[in-house]
Amino acid sequence: MKPDHHWNLYKRPIAILIVLSCLAPASMVVALNLGSVSVDWLNILDGSANRVQQDVILQLRLPRTLSAFVTGGLLALAGVLMQVLLRNPLADPYILGISGGAAVAALLAMLAGLSGYAMTGSAFLGALLSMFLVFSIAHGQGSWTPTRLLLTGVVIAAGWGAIISFILSVSPEKNLHSMLFWLMGDLSYSPAPTSGAIILLLGLSLSGFYAKSLNIMARSEWIAESLGVAVSRLRIRIYLLASIITASAVTSAGSIAFVGLITPHLLRLSGVHDHRFLIPSAVMLGGVILVLADAVSRTLLAPQQLPVGVITAMIGVPLFLYLMHKSANSL
Amino acid sequence: MNPLLETRNLQVRIAQQTVCQDLNIALLPGQCWAILGINGAGKTTLLHSLAGLRAAQGGEVVVQQRPLPDYPRRELAQRLGLLFQDIQDPFPSTVMETALMGRHPYTKAWQWENANDYRIATEALTQVGLHTLAQRQINTLSGGERQRLAIATLLTQAPRLLLLDEPTNHLDLQYQHHILKLFKQYAQEHACAVVMILHDINLAALYCDHAILLHADAEPQCGASEVLLTEENLTGLYHYPIRKIAGPDNQPVFIAS
Repeated sequence: MKPDHHWNLYKRPIAILIVLSCLAPASMVVALNLGSVSVDWLNILDGSANRVQQDVILQLRLPRTLSAFVTGGLLALAGVLMQVLLRNPLADPYILGISGGAAVAALLAMLAGLSGYAMTGSAFLGALLSMFLVFSIAHGQGSWTPTRLLLTGVVIAAGWGAIISFILSVSPEKNLHSMLFWLMGDLSYSPAPTSGAIILLLGLSLSGFYAKSLNIMARSEWIAESLGVAVSRLRIRIYLLASIITASAVTSAGSIAFVGLITPHLLRLSGVHDHRFLIPSAVMLGGVILVLADAVSRTLLAPQQLPVGVITAMIGVPLFLYLMHKSANSL
Repeated sequence: MNPLLETRNLQVRIAQQTVCQDLNIALLPGQCWAILGINGAGKTTLLHSLAGLRAAQGGEVVVQQRPLPDYPRRELAQRLGLLFQDIQDPFPSTVMETALMGRHPYTKAWQWENANDYRIATEALTQVGLHTLAQRQINTLSGGERQRLAIATLLTQAPRLLLLDEPTNHLDLQYQHHILKLFKQYAQEHACAVVMILHDINLAALYCDHAILLHADAEPQCGASEVLLTEENLTGLYHYPIRKIAGPDNQPVFIAS
């Protein structure tokens, strides 16, 4: 199967990107339809639906679905960037402790009785604090290898983990439920995704601009350097970009597991290796996965809601293992 | 003829060790240089210093009449390319995609590789005997095939200065000669200069017209291979007795005795 024309190289990734662009709106329609109140679309559109129906769709399900898509996209994008930055297929958006910093700040805010923007604001500040902590410690001596960054991040993440356990063990019982939901990843309190969507679009275009260099960085920083990539500058930019993207996702939805780790791999296993395709495809697929997972999480045991992180792990783990088993040679 | 690369009083040190204190060489178009030396003599360090991947401690490297630090990276990558030792690939990619990375210095961030880039990569893969594996995943390749892919990527980059860190690594006997012949021809046909770190004195004598003997405890010796590659120099270089005998067609053959 030898392609006789260079565009044949891109056939498969382009097809996958097209399929994902169709899946994205389709998944949102499915998610909007799922729930205890059934939807009559004609009535909603011409305004003749009753208030309850309209409120459920437009005030509850629509913002939550959009928020799920944006958060999934953010996590998948951060996952791709972290994996290239650390040159490690095991990397996920949380590996460098950004979610830990956000979680500590968010739990402290809950403990203080804060909610809404005060809570999400402190989570974002916590994420940024962790980001600068890891950055300055890993960067301290001037040498900034992926291993050094990874070790620093993992150690600081472990530190945050200990503080989280401490806060949980001294918190009053009435706070524990919401704290646990936040830690496992939960979209039910997430605000309208405007700021997340802006960060997603900015992150997507910036990383799209770096995508060709990322292809080489993913192989080897030495090769990248010798092929004309300004590696140390790019590394810092990717770190900051991935961190802010992660901070934005964590702030709106807590630490949702697996989306950031497996979405890039699902695409690589399907034959998308080039970051110029991998990045936009990952954003789409991450969004689709989280939209569907969130729909399941609020309907599976309705009226009881599950943390969406539980669902992403329950879908993600078997799906990932199956795909890895099927194509044992390409990962 | 202007040299493609010149060093002027180049000083290279790593940790406490001096690799060279005052190196002055000029690589002319068509020349092949070998760097010989024992483990830890600083061969790779010197190669990376010539490529500008690490700063020299003194003196300067001049590439095509322009000092190395004055080059924007992309422009330098169009003129100077490296072959690295043992690159691990953490992520999947195909042989063709990997070879096409060699075109990076010629395409802008928002540009795609065009039919010409694709043709150059295909040609390079053909030269190293990998064209039938163009669609293969790189992690299914053997060590020797990976090495040839790295060489094909460098040929796709098509610089006029090629710095090779042990190009014969992992290659079988046939491909060792095939690849070194390829580089020698490439240098002559395209007026390029090649510098390669080798461990096999006989390959160096066969394919390299010049040599740098990198001593662990003295200044390097540089010059034409036939002058430099003597029993005395090599025995001193490797701290091991080496004899030079005449081969079947009077080509010198070096044996450790």
